[in-house]
Amino acid sequence: MKKIRDFFNQGGLMLFILGRVLAGIPIVIALSLLVFLATQALPGDAAVAYLANSATPERLAAIREQLNLDDPIMVQYFSWASGVVQLDFGQTLTGEVSVSGLLGERIQNTLILMASSGIVAMPLSILIGTYAAVRRGKLFDNVSSLVTLILASLPEFVVAIFLVFLLATNVFQIFPAISFVEPGTLAWADPKSLILPSLTLILAVTPYVSRIMRGSMIEVMESEYIQMARLKGLSERTVIMRHALPNAIAPTIQVIALQLAWLAGGVVVVEAIFAYPGIGTIMIDAVKSRDLPIVQAITLMIAALYVILNILADIGTILSTPRLRTKYARKNDTSDVFAAMDGDQ
Amino acid sequence: MQKKTQKKIKPKSQFRTLIGLTFKQTYAKIGGFIVLAILFLAVFGPLFAPYTFDEFVDVPNAPRSDTLMLGADFFGRDVYSRFLNGGRSIIGLSFISTVLGVGLGLLIGLFAASAKKRTDGLIMRANDILLAFPQIVFVLLVVSGFGTSIFLIAVTVGFTHAPRTARIIRAAAAEVMERDFIKAAIAVGEKRQRIIISELLPNVTSPLLVEFGLRMTYSIGLVAAVSFLGLGLQPPAADWGLMINENRGSLTVQPWGVLAPIAAIALFTIGVNFITDSFAKVAIGIDRKGKE
Repeated sequence: MKKIRDFFNQGGLMLFILGRVLAGIPIVIALSLLVFLATQALPGDAAVAYLANSATPERLAAIREQLNLDDPIMVQYFSWASGVVQLDFGQTLTGEVSVSGLLGERIQNTLILMASSGIVAMPLSILIGTYAAVRRGKLFDNVSSLVTLILASLPEFVVAIFLVFLLATNVFQIFPAISFVEPGTLAWADPKSLILPSLTLILAVTPYVSRIMRGSMIEVMESEYIQMARLKGLSERTVIMRHALPNAIAPTIQVIALQLAWLAGGVVVVEAIFAYPGIGTIMIDAVKSRDLPIVQAITLMIAALYVILNILADIGTILSTPRLRTKYARKNDTSDVFAAMDGDQ
Repeated sequence: MQKKTQKKIKPKSQFRTLIGLTFKQTYAKIGGFIVLAILFLAVFGPLFAPYTFDEFVDVPNAPRSDTLMLGADFFGRDVYSRFLNGGRSIIGLSFISTVLGVGLGLLIGLFAASAKKRTDGLIMRANDILLAFPQIVFVLLVVSGFGTSIFLIAVTVGFTHAPRTARIIRAAAAEVMERDFIKAAIAVGEKRQRIIISELLPNVTSPLLVEFGLRMTYSIGLVAAVSFLGLGLQPPAADWGLMINENRGSLTVQPWGVLAPIAAIALFTIGVNFITDSFAKVAIGIDRKGKE
């Protein structure tokens, strides 16, 4: 702990983090442009699409007005983006509530779902990967390799429906097939509603991380410093826990970030299957009714989360790799850190 | 050095050896068998269907009987006939989007790898930005703007594959660019086009094939998920994804309308992945970094 704190105090790392965060800003701006262009700026009329059969001249005019559809495209973008900066994503097209108001509680539910899946999946995959590497070629390794390969192949909605069949409806009736959450309360008020959706997500990400962890652990276990540690007469347990594991985790961090980011997309389908009251279910409804402001807001938030997770992963990689840490401490030039990181992957 | 020269001279025969080695592995054999069986089912299935996919044959959710092998669906149509008819669309669409996406990604990757450092960096930065959208989210975004259309979904799914494939291919091609025979080709004054086609491309076939297999399983997941969410093929079409969605409500009474299509999708993705994994082990010898 002290080491890390000292390191922060040097200022070098703070500068790096600052640079990395600043570099994220233009990316998020580009993302917002893309989101906007992929929806509102298309040929065709978003207002007509939304109203479909119920279009009357007055209602069309009202929706056009709301989305600023009569303005030039860049003006439309800037009036949308200036709201987004203040976390105001506009009104939903039904016109009754603001998008931010609608999403507030839902975002928390989705984050609860993602967190509860991640908190179980990540240690679990590190455990499986490490144990498989230690028992390389033995029964546990072979079985876990096969199971993770199969699970990695399956689309998440296939896993979800299989779980419903197995644990909620046909074979056993242990958990609810529909995640009902009392409106006004958050998902952890009723943990049962969380179990099947998070189990689906856990089964979706664990195979990837555990396979990478296994590979990384095998590589470390074959290295010279592990041989050295063994020759020193350390117990195998100490060798694995103190010397191998910390070094094997560093390359896994990027994959973990990747999988956490994947969760943000995975929740959309999984929530829809279990009617879990998060942003995923709302997104599907909004896509069906073509309520653009809602879709734009959710897409942008998910994409921004990916950028944030990537920044965290870069920082995590540096902190957990001694070579990069010292390299960084000597120089304040951030570009060198990136070069070193690329070389390391 | 010896090995690299061999690669350059005989990419084709070496490639054949790789395929041969792949199918010596048990998993690849099992995977190959499954994939062939499901492909046969998808292509020729409709010929064996006892009823058409949209005729009413019994009461809704009728159980299995002598005439209805898998019972009736929520509407009273024959599940077995719909199942036999429902593979073409999903496998066909997935295949199209995979070819489009991996093809586009290959072009971008090879172009970036052989470009000047600054162009390369620019392309890959733009590429990285696209990676921020999870594939399903981007597909949904486009559907919300354009409306549902099968063609659009195939193209969009393909489009979301492209930046991911491009990154893999660029990394592989950048390594090849460092080799002596490329440097020799550049020194001799070979055109860039020629270098890309006859020097780079033959040397990235292994990662390309791995990528294709992987993208194929993701395509199936995505295309089926979009149909499953009710945004893809519209009723009364017979499609595995749509069937799962339609019959989900009667899972307890008549599970076959869900189980049959879901088993087919699961088996197909597992089969493709078994082959891909075996090939990756033989050709590259590494595991993939993760789901994107």
